[in-house]
Amino acid sequence: MAVTGFILFFYVVAHMVGNLKIFFGETAFDSYARWLRAMGSAVLGESGVLWTIRIVLLVSVLLHMTAAIQLARRARAARPSGYRHRPPVQGGYAARTMRWGGVIIALFVIYHVLDLTVGWLNPHGVPEEPFLNVTSGFQQWWVVLIYTVAILALGLHVRHGVWSALRSLGTVRASHGPLARTVALVVAVALTAGYLSVPYAVLFGLVE
Amino acid sequence: MRFTVRVWRQTGSEDAGRLVEYDVDDVSPDMSFLEMLDVLNERLTLRGEEPVAFDHDCREGICGMCGLTINGVAHGPRRATTTCQLHMREFTDGDTIVVEPWRAAPFPVVRDLVVDRGALDEVVRAGGYVSVSTGSAPEAHATPVARADADKAFESAACIGCGACVAACPNGSAMLFTAAKVTHLGRLPQGAPERDTRALDMLAAHDEAGFGGCTNTGECTAVCPKGIPLADIAQFNQDVLRASLRGAGGRPA
Ligand code: HEM
Ligand code: FES
Repeated sequence: MAVTGFILFFYVVAHMVGNLKIFFGETAFDSYARWLRAMGSAVLGESGVLWTIRIVLLVSVLLHMTAAIQLARRARAARPSGYRHRPPVQGGYAARTMRWGGVIIALFVIYHVLDLTVGWLNPHGVPEEPFLNVTSGFQQWWVVLIYTVAILALGLHVRHGVWSALRSLGTVRASHGPLARTVALVVAVALTAGYLSVPYAVLFGLVE
Repeated sequence: MRFTVRVWRQTGSEDAGRLVEYDVDDVSPDMSFLEMLDVLNERLTLRGEEPVAFDHDCREGICGMCGLTINGVAHGPRRATTTCQLHMREFTDGDTIVVEPWRAAPFPVVRDLVVDRGALDEVVRAGGYVSVSTGSAPEAHATPVARADADKAFESAACIGCGACVAACPNGSAMLFTAAKVTHLGRLPQGAPERDTRALDMLAAHDEAGFGGCTNTGECTAVCPKGIPLADIAQFNQDVLRASLRGAGGRPA
């Protein structure tokens, strides 16, 4: 859970930073996309590195989901008969929404690939022209809404996930508890803000 | 004070169980929660009804027997307080209070509010000990313990094994309990020789007993009457990881 979570986490951070290229204009963004396909082509050929990354991500997601399902199964087995009266209690909201949050993110990723990688669900839909795909999509309010929901879910997931993963790996000394919490919060907020900046910039005409 | 108390009644492990409502009046705000149940039981007995079974022993917050889920919160609304130390003044006159047993598969209900917490004993049996040479008691100063280690070990040793962490955990995990034992013993020089096997063996026994896996939700530490910190679980994870990397095979169960 923690190891695959971190692989996904590093991808998500890199992806967010890459998205910010859109603020440098159409040429910069599209050539960045071409570079993603060209990188390492001397060794692995065209898109070789890209496919390696895709496979690592896919395997990570599958293992991550397998671990999540195992945990959920064990949890259900450990409490076959629930409390008749149980207020939403003590711990954090992010921690309590990891499972549904993960499902939302997974569904979003499928939609997202069909939208911006394959192009089927995109109003422009030309894989070679990512800038126009992005800008035409985010002129639709409902596309922005879907992305907003998914990004907020991701922010919450990462908020608890980063903190929890640090603990699962036992790297957090007792005295560092509050520090780890703050780091996870700052990272999650930065990630959320970075991702959200793109659809809203397009929606409000800052990028066209 | 006067309360409407909805209590879980279950005649035995075969019975499905149900919440039964009782009115309890003439309750003093200075009574403990258990004393309020005593009052209820006296009246039930006078009426010829079966009194509510609940566990208790010391009634001073140190034995860990008295766990009840009160309005959905293990040990009730007051933080760092066992049910026996909870006073009725924490409630408002006229309140409806729902009282349920700990709910976890490894804690089968024996009767009403009494559960069998023997699964925790199995976890302790797997590694919650230190090996000492028998014979005369060792000289007190023979093994120096650094002040910081002693304090940390003592903090974890405060665990009374009540099972509230399991009751509160959405995963039904007993990691806070197990981690408290591992941290307590592993931190002391006396417990160092078994540190690796203890972590692995206790984790294996924990999982085998049917407890769920920890996802660091923090519900446990919030209800722990002794305030065992979530950091103990990070320490436990570190011990498990280190032991696994060193290839310290746990003992076959
Ligand atoms: C593909 C869909 C995903 C699903 C179904 C999913 C599901 C889950 C679940 C159920 C947990 C367990 C959380 C808990 O109960 O504490 C979890 C933890 C975690 N997730 Fe995800 N997740 C997904 C995507 C992601 C992504 C994209 C990232 C990267 C940001 C991520 C990072 C993490 C991390 C770091 C943890 C913490 C691991 C730990 O507690 O040791 N997840 N995920
Ligand atoms: S009865 Fe001993 S701790 Fe409550």
